Amino acid sequence: MELLLDYATLKVLWWGLVGVLLIGYALTDGYDLGVASLLPFVAKNDKERRLVINSIGPMWEGHQVWLITGGGALFAAWPYVYAISFSGFYLAMFVVLAALILRPVGFKYRSKRESTTWRTSWDWALFVGGFVPALIFGVALGNVLQGVPFDIDRTLRATYDGGLIGLLNPFALLCGLASVAMLVAHGASWLVVKLEHGPVMDRAAGFGQVAAIAVIVLYALGGIWLAMGGMGYRIVTDIDPNGVANPLRKEVVVEAGAWLGNYGKYPWMILVPALGFIGSAIAFVGLRKKSALSMVGSGLAATGIVGSVGTAMFPFILPSSINPNASLTVWDSSSSHLTLFIMLIVTVIFVPTILLYTAWVYKVLWGRLTTEEANSASTY
Amino acid sequence: MPDLFVADLSRWQFALTAMYHFLFVPLTLGLSMLLVVMEGAYVMTGKEVWRRTTKFWGTLFGINFVLGVATGITMEFQFGMNWSYYSHYVGDIFGAPLAIEGLMAFFLEATLVGLMFFGWDKLSRPAHWMVTFLVALGSNLSALWILIANGWMQNPVGSEFNPDTMRMEVTDFMAVLFNPVAQAKFVHTVSAGYVTASVFVLGISAWYVLKNRHLGLAKRSMAVAASFGLLSALSVVVLGDESGYALTDNQKMKLAALEAMWETEPAPAGLTAFGIPNAKEHKTDFEVKIPYVLGLIATRSLDGKVEGILPLVAVAEDRIENGIRAYKAVETLNNDPNDVQAREIFEQTKTDLGYGLLLKRYVDDPATADRATIEKAAWDTVPNVALSFFSFRIMAGLGFIFIAMFATAFYFVSLKRNVPRWFLRLALFAIPFPWIAAELGWVLAEAGRQPWVIDGVLPTFMGVSSLSVTQVIITMAGFTLLYGTLAVIEISLMIRAVKLGPGARILPKGVGGGMADTMNEPVPAKPRTIQFDQ
Repeated sequence: MELLLDYATLKVLWWGLVGVLLIGYALTDGYDLGVASLLPFVAKNDKERRLVINSIGPMWEGHQVWLITGGGALFAAWPYVYAISFSGFYLAMFVVLAALILRPVGFKYRSKRESTTWRTSWDWALFVGGFVPALIFGVALGNVLQGVPFDIDRTLRATYDGGLIGLLNPFALLCGLASVAMLVAHGASWLVVKLEHGPVMDRAAGFGQVAAIAVIVLYALGGIWLAMGGMGYRIVTDIDPNGVANPLRKEVVVEAGAWLGNYGKYPWMILVPALGFIGSAIAFVGLRKKSALSMVGSGLAATGIVGSVGTAMFPFILPSSINPNASLTVWDSSSSHLTLFIMLIVTVIFVPTILLYTAWVYKVLWGRLTTEEANSASTY
Repeated sequence: MPDLFVADLSRWQFALTAMYHFLFVPLTLGLSMLLVVMEGAYVMTGKEVWRRTTKFWGTLFGINFVLGVATGITMEFQFGMNWSYYSHYVGDIFGAPLAIEGLMAFFLEATLVGLMFFGWDKLSRPAHWMVTFLVALGSNLSALWILIANGWMQNPVGSEFNPDTMRMEVTDFMAVLFNPVAQAKFVHTVSAGYVTASVFVLGISAWYVLKNRHLGLAKRSMAVAASFGLLSALSVVVLGDESGYALTDNQKMKLAALEAMWETEPAPAGLTAFGIPNAKEHKTDFEVKIPYVLGLIATRSLDGKVEGILPLVAVAEDRIENGIRAYKAVETLNNDPNDVQAREIFEQTKTDLGYGLLLKRYVDDPATADRATIEKAAWDTVPNVALSFFSFRIMAGLGFIFIAMFATAFYFVSLKRNVPRWFLRLALFAIPFPWIAAELGWVLAEAGRQPWVIDGVLPTFMGVSSLSVTQVIITMAGFTLLYGTLAVIEISLMIRAVKLGPGARILPKGVGGGMADTMNEPVPAKPRTIQFDQ
């Protein structure tokens, strides 16, 4: 069957689309994770806590679907990546799952009882549900950048040589902290946009400014480490972008500094990490002035930072540290031509639809949330 | 070779998390629809009692919905975590419906559910009703895509093995979408969800009537549940998914197993009403048979044959031998993709490749398997007969009981307009049973498909990740602890919400409260029957 787009084009488009889904997640649920991480610190009593919780109460559920759809899209478009990363990061995945499971129940069940112990417990559950995934997502990316200890045999069965503790290496922890800072800045920005003026917003703006500066510092450190720390992989054999998806048909070398190679080859790509810095700076200014600029800045920063992992590694998706030849790349880890094409059509139809009705829901819920409204009978 | 113990543990974990997830799904499917009906009545009539009714069931819907969502995240990720080789092997086909489910259905339902709870004062009545409708539509579409994925596991159409990528790839996406097994499963599962919600609403309303509380709400809810439940209960049984069983060798095997039918009978075969399957001697003890019925149900004809277990095992043996040839051809092609002869053998035998993989349980290289091993592998294609046999009987039996119950409810509520107390007690007592039926339905569907994870294509043990036993035990313990705790909290909040009744929220003392409803209702003395004149 002749399809409208050739295989190589579809592979690159899907690299972009997975990026869109991940950035969509960072932009939407990212601020929910940040708000939840801030919850115990910006809100001191039950009224304030409900103010913070209800600032994201009606929306977080839709936001979370970016992650779930991201998982589904990974499964459909890059089955090897889904299979190998999720099983490789097994226990870390479990920790993320457990944390994410606490979140919906925390929102829904917290205000069903008046007991202080009950509510405080759920507040900490919500904190865990925000902070832990924010940290682990960053740690995971940090490990992906260094290469992950997996191998693939001839039947394409993957084995993994590492555990949970190995994931917690210094570079990965740096990435984890950068991720937390980024999402906390984003969450604080949301609180500045959404909450009534008052002590909670002031505290959020304060934490947010610290976080925005932390993002700039940690992200810069990460960049320097990336350049000097001996990280990077490069394909040395000829690649056929239209070739079959079999990751064992190429040769890859470990090459220090290779992750910065793309920025020399395609200078426009420098804009992506630059956005990470510029966005954080804008967020800092916005948080200082308590204006909506903060949200624009933190959004740009998240887009740039998540995007820069992709642009640095392209065409790599998941490099293998123990058998670099088995690394997963855009060219050899995707689904078949037909599946990529069908999924592209579905995505092109539904992502704009989703954005439309999400925008409508935002419109209905538009306006600053007051303590009184957040503490009424019909909220969390 | 994959670790068989890790595979068993992973199966238990999957069963545990999937069955737990499915405690919440059917109620979400059905209750969302019932909310559309109730809110529709509010929008049409403008009567306050309908709004209160909708909001009350909406509260229970919310408590349930949230755990469905929470445990659904596990389902989406668990394939990659525990079933890594499976994910690689069939992701090209299986991943698509999961991703489409997210894009088309789950986004819709999750984005709007917030407005459903918080938008009562922010939206016009019809707009809020539309939101409720879209949430219900989203959850039901969600079920459609998940069952398209599961239907493909049961009847893997529209795809073939590609030796270059060592995986199954889609050849005909429309065939995957319109897979008859998936269609039958969708109608059956969604109807089962409607039955669950109807039993739930009927039972709780009956309790209110027994307690003389919230009668306006309870009577209206009973009326809705009785008619909706009757239609759904008929749909579950009449459109049960047995129609899909005649399609493949393994679907045939599942049918034979759930009937504990060892030999092929002359058409039309009889239905075993009762018996005790004896797997050792290949017979069913104490069998009570109803002539012709099975042939009629399973083949929808008088002359269609329903094959027995023993002849199907013989078929499996032939296919395993073919599968060995396919496996060898794949090995050759793996070394040299241009080997013309191997390509030709592969083309002839590729549909039996999965049968060759069955031998991997016993030997590393299927080509070295001896006669006895092949026979053993052929017998592996028989699922647990007793489990399938009894799961099916309890599930189907409950299905008929629900029809009878809703027919009775409909008769009392709509025609006689009064409901005797014995029936109210019965309705309350019936609440857990749709869940039992639904869970057994999944036991039958999934255990009945064994030893395959993808019917005839990939044996379950082959699909597992290269994990250590310790890792899986840690997560199993973790899930058990987490899910157990949440179940206790969920049920206690649910009971609390029911006891508090409509209009009750956590409020500062003296503001609003749950009394409004009862205050407006006359409080009659306990009669033997409850009048339904409204």
